Amino acid sequence: MAAVRALLRGLGRATVSCRTLMLSHARCQPEFTSLEEKPQFPGASAEFVDKLDFILPNVISGIPIYRVMDRQGQIVNPAEDPQLSREMVLKFYHTMTQLNTMDRILYESQRQGRISFYMTNYGEEGTHVGSAAALNDRDLVFGQYREAGVLMYRGYPLDSFMAQCYGNSGDPGKGRQMPVHYGSKDLHFVTISSPLATQIPQAVGAAYAIKRENADRVVICYFGEGAASEGDAHAGFNFAATLDCPILFFCRNNGYAISTPTSEQYRGDGIAARGPGYGLQSIRVDGNDVFAVYNAVKEARRRAVAENQPFLIEAMTYRIGHHSTSDDSSAYRSVDEVNYWDKQDHPISRLRHYMLSKHWWDEEQEKAWRKKSRKMVMEAFEQAERKLKPHPDNMFSDVYMEMPAHIMQQRESLWRHLKIYGEHYPLDHYEK
Amino acid sequence: MASASSRVLLRRRAAGVLLRERLRLGPEPPRRAVSHFTFYPDPEPSEYGPTQKMNLFQAITSALDNTLSRDPTAVIYGEDVAFGGVFRCTVGLRDKYGKDRVFNTPLCEQGIVGFGIGVAVAGATSIAEIQFADYIYPAFDQIVNEAAKYRYRSGDLFNCGSLTIRAPWGCVGHGALYHSQCPESFFAHCPGIKVVIPRSPVQAKGLLLSCIEDKNPCIFFEPKILYRAAVEQVPVEPYHIPLSQAEVLQEGSDVTLIAWGTQVHVIREVATMAQDKLGVSCEVIDLKTILPWDKDTICKSVIKTGRLLISHEAPLTGGFASEISSTVQEECFLNLEAPIARVCGYDTPFPHIFEAFYVPNKWKCFDALRKIINY
Repeated sequence: MAAVRALLRGLGRATVSCRTLMLSHARCQPEFTSLEEKPQFPGASAEFVDKLDFILPNVISGIPIYRVMDRQGQIVNPAEDPQLSREMVLKFYHTMTQLNTMDRILYESQRQGRISFYMTNYGEEGTHVGSAAALNDRDLVFGQYREAGVLMYRGYPLDSFMAQCYGNSGDPGKGRQMPVHYGSKDLHFVTISSPLATQIPQAVGAAYAIKRENADRVVICYFGEGAASEGDAHAGFNFAATLDCPILFFCRNNGYAISTPTSEQYRGDGIAARGPGYGLQSIRVDGNDVFAVYNAVKEARRRAVAENQPFLIEAMTYRIGHHSTSDDSSAYRSVDEVNYWDKQDHPISRLRHYMLSKHWWDEEQEKAWRKKSRKMVMEAFEQAERKLKPHPDNMFSDVYMEMPAHIMQQRESLWRHLKIYGEHYPLDHYEK
Repeated sequence: MASASSRVLLRRRAAGVLLRERLRLGPEPPRRAVSHFTFYPDPEPSEYGPTQKMNLFQAITSALDNTLSRDPTAVIYGEDVAFGGVFRCTVGLRDKYGKDRVFNTPLCEQGIVGFGIGVAVAGATSIAEIQFADYIYPAFDQIVNEAAKYRYRSGDLFNCGSLTIRAPWGCVGHGALYHSQCPESFFAHCPGIKVVIPRSPVQAKGLLLSCIEDKNPCIFFEPKILYRAAVEQVPVEPYHIPLSQAEVLQEGSDVTLIAWGTQVHVIREVATMAQDKLGVSCEVIDLKTILPWDKDTICKSVIKTGRLLISHEAPLTGGFASEISSTVQEECFLNLEAPIARVCGYDTPFPHIFEAFYVPNKWKCFDALRKIINY
C-alpha cells in the first residue's frame, strides 16, 4: 500500500511538471488520484459507464455536403458567396474548359497511338480549380495523378503538359515517366509518382518542415477515396494530427477506384468521417461546386497556417471518364449513371450557368473561346509531336546526384553496343 | 464544352466503336518501337487431354476456374478482381462461383497479403492478386516477415502454405518506372517463399496450379506483355508442371543461355541467330522457378558447354543472374571456357521513353554471346 502511495505521489509530481510545461495542452491529464471514480487511462479522456453499449458504426453519418451554388449555378445562401471578381471567375472557367479541351485531344491522341497513355480529368475540374485558386502560389502541392487542373491554374504552359505526355526533349522530367506524371519546381508542384498514397505521409513531412520555416505556407495533398485505403493514408493522417502539421488533405471522392465503387472501398461515411478519429478538422464539400471548394480550402488554409493544424477536405465528385486509356468503364458502370453526371451535375456547366446569370458570359463568347482554346491546344500538340525525344544518356543520369562508376560503365557499354548495332535502335527519334 | 467532350465519350461507348476525333495532324503517328521479342509457342501438349486456344491471361483464368471448381475453400481477391481484373484474368469467375469467392478488396496491398495469409492460416486456399508487381512493396513486410517465416517461427505449428500471390510483371513497351518492374530478386533473398515466373500460356497454367497446391507460400509473376501476345493450345483440364525444375528447351554444345519469363523468347531467338550467323550451338534453359532454383540442371548444362550467358530484365546489380553466376563458378569452375556473361537491365529505374535502349534485347544478348565465344 505504501508502495502504491509512493507511486501515486511520484505520478502526482509528474503531473505537476507536465502541467507546468504544457499548461495549455488538453492531453495532459489533470490529476492522478484513485479517490475519485474517474478513469486515469493515459489513452483516453472519458467517464466510466455501467451499461454495456457498443458504439454504432453510424455514430458519424450523413456528414453534410457544403455547397454555395445549386445545380443551376444559383447562389444558395448569399452570405456564402465568395464574391469573386469577374476576372477571377473567368480564369476559373478558362482553366476548367482548357483542361477539358486538352483532355479530349490527348485522350484521342492516345487512341491513335501517338502517346502511350493518358488520364482525363472529366468531371473533376471543379475540385482542381477551386482548390488551386484558394491557395497561395507558393503552397506546396503533392498530387496523386488526376490534378492537372491545379497545375494549369498555376500557369503551367500547354507546351509543358504536351512535352511531358510525349516524353520529348521539352519534358522537364526527361522522358522517364509515363504521361500525366507532371512536376514543376517553379510552381511548387512535386512530381507525380504512380504508386498510390505514397505522397500522403511525404506531404505531412513537408508540412512539418514548412511549419518550422514559419513562412506563411501550407502543403496540400490530393488523393482519391481509393488511395485513402492504403496504409500510407493512415500514417499520414495520424502523423499530421500528432505532429500538428499545417496540411490540407484534399480527397477527391469520385466514386470509383478504377472499377471498385465506394461501397466496396469503405463502410463508414466516406473519408470525412475518418477525420474525427484521427483528430483532424474535417469538412465535406460538393466538388462540382467550384465556389464551395474554393471557400472550404480558403478557410482551411487560413486556419492551418494560423493554428498549425491539419484539415481534411472531402470533395464529392464523379469520374466521368474512364480511369485511364487502359480502362473501359462500360464493363462496370452504366451509361445512364455517367450521363447523369455529365449532363446534369457537371462543374463546368454549373459555373457557366452562374456566369450567364451574371451576364458575364454569352453564347458568342463561348463559341469564340472554344475555338481559341482548341487552337491553342492544337498548336502545343503539333509542336510536341514534332520534337525529338531526349538524348538516351538521360536514361542514366539522376539515379544519384553524381553518376557512380558502374552506371558510367553501363552507359559506355550501351554506346559501344550502339556503334555496331545502332541500326536496330530508333536512334533517329532521339536527340543526338 | 465539358458536356460535349463527354458526350463524345459516351456516344463512343454506347456505339461500342472508337469515334475518331479529327486531329488533322501528320498523316501517320510516329512509329512505335516494335516488340523486342518474338513469342515461340510450344507444341500442343498431348498428355493432359483436350486443349483450347488460349492466350496467357485466359490460361490463368482457366487455372483459377479449375481451382474454384475443385476446391470449395478457394477464394480469389484483390483490387478490381470482381469485374475481371485490369488484365482480365478473373473474367466470369465471380458470376460462376459467387461474390464470396471472387471479390474486390479495398485498395491496400499490405492489407491484401495480410488478409491472404490469414485466409491460409485458417486452412483455406488463398489466391491474392496484386495489380502490378511494381505495387507489391507495401506488402513486403507481410511477405518477407510474415508469410515467409510462418512455418519456421511457429515450429511448424502454423503455416500459410496455401497462399499464392499473383502479380503482373515485367516490361510492356510503355510501362515506365511503375508498370515494368521485375522484383523477383528482392524475394529470392527471402527463405520460406517460392518465386515462379512462366514463359507461356501452357506453362502459366501448369505452374500456377502447382503454386496453388504447393504447401508453401508462392509468388507467381505473370509477364504482362504476354497476356495477349502469347497464344498456345492449352489443356482445359487441370495439370501440374513441377516447381523448382528448369527446362532445357533446346539442347546445344557450345554455350548455355538461361532466362525466365518473356526473356526466354529473346534467348531462343538469340540461339537461332547464333546458329545461323556464327555456327554456334546454344543450349537454351528456362529457369521457371527462381526460388528454390534448379541448380543441377544449370550446372549440368554448363559442365557440357563450358560457357554461360544469363539474361534478365531486372537491373544487373543484385539481380538473380548474380546468384546463378556465383553458384556456377563454385560448381563448374574448371569447366568454364569464358567468364559468365550477364545481359540485364541497367542499374537505373525503368525509363519510359528509353525502353528500347534499356531492355536486354536480342542484339545485346547476341553481342555478349559473340564475346564469350571469342574469349
